[in-house]
Amino acid sequence: MRRTMLFLPGNTPNMLVNGDTLGADTIIFDLEDAVSPDEKDAARILVRNALRYQSTDNCETVVRINPTDTAFWKEDLKAVIPLKPDVIMPTKVNGAAMIQEVSAYMAQVEKKAGIEEGTVKILPLIETALGVEKSFEIASADKRVIGIFLGGEDFTADMHCKRTKEGKEIFYARTRLVCAARACGIEAYDTPFTDVEDMEGLRKDTEFAKSLGFAGKAVISPRHVDIVNEVFSPTEEEIAYAHDVMDAIEEGKRQGKGVISLRGKMIDAPIVKRASQVLEMEKAIYGGESYE
Amino acid sequence: MNKLLASVKEAIEKTGLKDGMTISFHHHMRNGDYVLNMVLAEAAAMGIKNLTVNASSIFDVHEPIIEHIKNKVVTGLECNYMGGKVGKAISEGILEKPVVFRSHGGRAGDMENGSSKIDIAFIAAPCADHMGNCSGKYGPSACGSLGYAFSDAMHAKKTVVLTDHLVPYPLKDSSIAEGYIDYVVEVEQIGDPTRIVSGTTKITRDPVGLRIAALAAKVVKHSGYLKDGFSFQTGAGGASLAVAKYVEEMMEKDHIKGSFCMGGITGYLVDMANKGYFETILDVQCFDLKAIESIRENPKHQEISAMRYASPAAKSAAVDSLDVVILGATQVDTDFNVNVHTDSNGYIMGGSGGHCDTAAGAKLAIVVAPLIRARLPLIVDHVLCKSTPGDTIDVIVTQRGIAVNPKRAELKEKLVKAGLPVKDISELKAIAEEITGVPKEIKRGDRVVANVLYRDGTLLDTIKNTI
Amino acid sequence: MKILKNAVAGTLESSDLFVQIEPDENNLTLEIDSVVANQHMDAIRAAVLETLKEFEVSSGKIFIKDKGALDCVIRARVETALKRGGVQES
Repeated sequence: MRRTMLFLPGNTPNMLVNGDTLGADTIIFDLEDAVSPDEKDAARILVRNALRYQSTDNCETVVRINPTDTAFWKEDLKAVIPLKPDVIMPTKVNGAAMIQEVSAYMAQVEKKAGIEEGTVKILPLIETALGVEKSFEIASADKRVIGIFLGGEDFTADMHCKRTKEGKEIFYARTRLVCAARACGIEAYDTPFTDVEDMEGLRKDTEFAKSLGFAGKAVISPRHVDIVNEVFSPTEEEIAYAHDVMDAIEEGKRQGKGVISLRGKMIDAPIVKRASQVLEMEKAIYGGESYE
Repeated sequence: MNKLLASVKEAIEKTGLKDGMTISFHHHMRNGDYVLNMVLAEAAAMGIKNLTVNASSIFDVHEPIIEHIKNKVVTGLECNYMGGKVGKAISEGILEKPVVFRSHGGRAGDMENGSSKIDIAFIAAPCADHMGNCSGKYGPSACGSLGYAFSDAMHAKKTVVLTDHLVPYPLKDSSIAEGYIDYVVEVEQIGDPTRIVSGTTKITRDPVGLRIAALAAKVVKHSGYLKDGFSFQTGAGGASLAVAKYVEEMMEKDHIKGSFCMGGITGYLVDMANKGYFETILDVQCFDLKAIESIRENPKHQEISAMRYASPAAKSAAVDSLDVVILGATQVDTDFNVNVHTDSNGYIMGGSGGHCDTAAGAKLAIVVAPLIRARLPLIVDHVLCKSTPGDTIDVIVTQRGIAVNPKRAELKEKLVKAGLPVKDISELKAIAEEITGVPKEIKRGDRVVANVLYRDGTLLDTIKNTI
Repeated sequence: MKILKNAVAGTLESSDLFVQIEPDENNLTLEIDSVVANQHMDAIRAAVLETLKEFEVSSGKIFIKDKGALDCVIRARVETALKRGGVQES
């Protein structure tokens, strides 16, 4: 479950120390844009130590590394892979070759550190026109790839268009990414909403992303976490319905019925699949406790 | 009859201020106050010594009192709160006699029952007429409520009003009436308006503070007290005000109409009342310009005295009808005792204010605080000063979990059932120490520099000098 | 490793620390100023010394202003300064 992926600047101790308490499902330690070139070394060492010594509670940890055309990315991987973050996020990914290059180097580091190859996953950040066009190729490039993530800011710059709140300019990229991800059986994650103050805009943008099929959204402000979590969580009605579906199936089995219906509608495989996804999320969010 | 005097000096002469007397001040001018310094400077110039100053609060602006202490002009100090600058000097032992700390309610109560005697009260008044009718609502130094000054006016042997905005008799909307006032002095300025109140009080932007506030609001919701008739108090600082924001969202969603909000009043609470979430605002002190405007204009917005607010000597006080209060803490111990008097090194930098009053009165007293501040864990074995007794604190909310006082088993059960991260307080302590390492206990001297009185006047704790 | 040139790392923000190192052939000087000195000085000193040991630095001047950094932050900042100011002895 990655409803929210919160970016934390890699060179800010206070944020690294408290990042896991901010309610996000996933925290992204950022070694790229949030760190100036002359502090790359400091951030890399700090993030490595945070991974080594800090508890990250129930959060998944992602490290965003520097682009593969810089001198930093291998150093980044060498430092953090031995601490087994859950996921590495390569940036400006524009084809399968880049993923394979990163994955191969990760394998080297894993081997050297005595970690089983493939332990650390990859979540590519797609933020160029070429990357969007090759999103299926990227999504299927390597078995480490667990999802793909759209970066709207760099993408619109590359497209020579203005990034707007309405986001019409990224509509194509969004749908293309979701389709590519689904075609490979993985998830797609949406670009952050960048106006830190506009909570209504955030909610609208998130609801729209959900309606397109995204499974979650990155956030650049901790204050965005709650709303994005809420939008990507099943509603109370959805949870109640999912329970009803499962109960009806149980009941049907007991009575030996072949076709089961609920509220006048036949329960088919997609409904059951959806219901079990909802219940899985319910468990992840509310810890199996009943929610009132 | 003429009450109007030409100068502070004349007021000191007329009231007969002498060596060994007790004089009192209120703190509605907060860090912009000129009056306390003005009176002490005049008394010092006149050669008066050995005064006891009873001020509802001492702020950093009152730093000159340190010189008066050194020169024996001031040999006794009583207050409900003390800022870090004077607090440091006191902690280091500059004053021979221990400071007496009370709570806001305790100070009013002790004046009412006669255990705290004031010879002369000097009341800074943002507007007054020449007979002493006065108010905080008007004038260039407007501060809104004059809540903490009422007991002084009513119980001091002599009372002097100092104002920088003298209006024709009678002041149309007075807070303290002429019957309590002996003299009036017009001075150039009673305070620095930019430091009396904030322009606007803003909700914290600190992500951890917001996280804590959101959790605290969930505690309020699931405690069962958030229903029609709900009454609420929260401070202006840190995560406290943010709790109001989240509580408001819940009240909106569930269509809840509260009865009153109270305490230091901010524009945020005024807005909540105006939107219909509270029927009444009970205001003992205004924190920002919007609150001042509201207390002047808004019939829902009532000024209350410290007695009405929190006095244990009164037959009842508003804190007794309070449902929920949100409080801060510098330290909490595993028995839920709270320290708001000293920092983690034992230096005085605060005080109870209404902390222990509201904790005692409210049905649900919630402390919100980060579990760790710069490597110092919130939760300790023994607080450096017991400001509020643990048996009046119900819940501690931190970003890494919630501790419920074992005395409130039924509350704990509700919160657990709601899926909130309830943990044993010793577990929370262990989580923090796992991150920070176990801090060494600090060493302090043997001299008592302050006695902390509980609201009923009994000795709650002592503060020792720092070394 | 030997400190070859002056270097700094970290910041003076809360929960961080600022470390400054200078070469010194003969002696090890370690000065620590911390907002949590009363509670954690031993732990801070230990974290610094362990990091120095890890990089086999036995001499140099090290000045630290700590704003309540956790051990992992202290170690990271000292390591960063050492890597900036020193090179591996061959």
